[in-house]
Amino acid sequence: MNEKCCCGDHTMDQQFTELAPVLDKYAKVPGSLITILQKAQDIYGYLSMDAINYISQATGIKPAKIYGVATFYSQFRLKPVGKYLIMLCKGTACHVNGADTIEESICEYLEIKDGETTKDGVFTLNNVACLGCCSLAPVMMVKSADGDETYGNLTKDSVKEVLAEIRERA
Amino acid sequence: MKVIIGQGSCGVATGAKKTAAEFEKLIAEKNLNAVVDLTGCVGTCYLEPIVDIYDDNGEMTRYVKVQPENVAEIVEKHIAGGTPVTEMAISEEDEQFLEKQQRVVLRNCGVINPENIEEYIAADGYKAIEKVVTSMTADEVIEEIKISGLRGRGGAGFPTWFKWDAAKKSPGNEKYLVCNADEGDPGAFMDRSVLEGDPHSLLEGMIIAGYAMGANEGVIYCRAEYPLAIHRLEIAMDQAREKGFLGKNLFGSGFDFDIRIKAGAGAFVCGEETALIASLEGERGMPRLKPPFPAAKGYWQKPTDINNVETLANVPWILYNGGAAFGAMGTEKSKGTKVFALAGKIKKGGLVEVPMGLPLKDVIYGIGGGIKDDKEFKAVQMGGPSGGCIPASLIDTPVDYENITKTGAIVGSGGMIVMDETTCMVDMARYFLDFTRKESCGKCNYCRIGTKRMLEILERITEGNGKDGDIELLEELAVKIKDGSLCGLGQTAPNPVLTTIKYFRNEYEDHIYKKKCTAKSCKALITYDITDACKGCTLCSKKCPVGAISGEVKGKHVIDQDKCVKCGRCLESCKFKAITVE
Repeated sequence: MNEKCCCGDHTMDQQFTELAPVLDKYAKVPGSLITILQKAQDIYGYLSMDAINYISQATGIKPAKIYGVATFYSQFRLKPVGKYLIMLCKGTACHVNGADTIEESICEYLEIKDGETTKDGVFTLNNVACLGCCSLAPVMMVKSADGDETYGNLTKDSVKEVLAEIRERA
Repeated sequence: MKVIIGQGSCGVATGAKKTAAEFEKLIAEKNLNAVVDLTGCVGTCYLEPIVDIYDDNGEMTRYVKVQPENVAEIVEKHIAGGTPVTEMAISEEDEQFLEKQQRVVLRNCGVINPENIEEYIAADGYKAIEKVVTSMTADEVIEEIKISGLRGRGGAGFPTWFKWDAAKKSPGNEKYLVCNADEGDPGAFMDRSVLEGDPHSLLEGMIIAGYAMGANEGVIYCRAEYPLAIHRLEIAMDQAREKGFLGKNLFGSGFDFDIRIKAGAGAFVCGEETALIASLEGERGMPRLKPPFPAAKGYWQKPTDINNVETLANVPWILYNGGAAFGAMGTEKSKGTKVFALAGKIKKGGLVEVPMGLPLKDVIYGIGGGIKDDKEFKAVQMGGPSGGCIPASLIDTPVDYENITKTGAIVGSGGMIVMDETTCMVDMARYFLDFTRKESCGKCNYCRIGTKRMLEILERITEGNGKDGDIELLEELAVKIKDGSLCGLGQTAPNPVLTTIKYFRNEYEDHIYKKKCTAKSCKALITYDITDACKGCTLCSKKCPVGAISGEVKGKHVIDQDKCVKCGRCLESCKFKAITVE
């Protein structure tokens, strides 16, 4: 990883020290782009343009192509997320059991929309396709550095209680 | 004594980990002779967290909905005292949920500890692969699968033996077996349950498939949304390698096979084989024209076979018990059992495995216990975004590939979402089109633009702006999208619209011409009102988030229709049933 950065400074290597071992392992293994992007997102929480450029240098894959892959899959984010990522399930069972009203309740309480982050940087709301806990619909998963927590059988009021409790911890 | 706590994703979501921790704490505190262990999901998700206590004679008592606060009593009376707490045990009625099933794929789920290979081996695990590699030729294995009549459980229902045979006959030494564990259908979760509850049965099925087609490498393409499944698979693979079930020279036969996991990154279209392969290669998951089929040119242009999790989890059972035993279950053309994910407005939601051909009624009422809150059954959605809605009038339809396809829906991966009188069918169609529009990869114009246009029409109908001719326009677009799309996503995307128009045309017409939503679910078409039954308790006005309700204490309240956002909070809060929806 000694090549020069395209913008002509050497700060990139320092900026992405945690990513370097991932690239050492996967950069030259064909078909590993998605794996690299997943690991990069695990480390930094999202894929910045700098990170994409850095991965491009190491792998020889053009930034435009990496951007194309990153925007194709719903897992990848190009913007930073809050400390707690709310993954609200919008699967069929959740839809039938009122996931839309749960979303309204979250949006009303946190004053954000799907894909947005609260001003204090605590919460980001993401609607997801299905978490596979259909018998507990409506469901949401809250991801954070402390791990993932799933909450089922939500109601308009219980979801606010859950969020209030998390905000207190944050 | 043994205390076994169900810790699939659904169990964990209802607090099973806290329950387990409480058991461990109290057993240690009281210094009792009992071990706490874990298992996967038994399928009765509506009863989680589930705790099975085996006494020293092997007698099992199943406790349901065990929260940490219930643990002390069970520990004291049952574990210390030796007397089961019958009030907290599973009811006879709930036991029926499992008794009416016939379990092949789910045989070990909720029974063994998925993180312990010894328990899988004790349940006749890895015996099928031993038999296969030491005493059968590849052709004999394929023949056995042919006899069993096993068809793909992921959606299309293609005969499994045919795919294996095609991959085997393709020239070349380097071949791949891919397991599609990217369970994309929103509303189906049987694959998750198998991955979390019995990962070894999938591994064994993959090794057998690899042997049959001559592949030495298997790849599991697993959804990134299933972290627990990936974790358990990794444990299972390490244990299998240690035992010599994965790696070089299995059972001294000279056959090498190993497996690795690739986490998907979230794209429904990757359920399509060629899109999945593109994704495995690190590209955008976009389908390509077939032929060449993956059996000829797949992963890295090598012969590749792709099977779904449930399909492969059937394989060890078939090879161990014989293809004829599997073929004896089910119907003539749809053999064996199938797992269905019962969810939606159902009393007892969970996973149900039954022989193919059982009438829908037996699944929904016989096992699922009927509709939640005893409302009226309206329809069941099968096959997810590629499937359709089957109306109440067809409840006697046998559940097999042929009969379900005749209704306009498909068996698909086995999701069954039950709907009652409060579910609007136009809104359901809108929901699925919104899903397929987002998930369309954009390659084919009809799929990319057509789904968007259909969604716009459905949105305007549900918003009360439907026009004369909209239904016909939807039908016309549906046919064109089906014809003009390359892959299964586009070819089946209009199905939810077509089946709802076919069976519930009156609801579309009510929305368009009478501006009325019979299910009282489309917000633009309903109004909330307060009747004379109002006692003036003021509760609704306090609950209203937009301050649309006013009135004196002990006087009748009124709703300002201009302010009302139709959230329904007033209706939920009223104790006097004074609020109506029209």
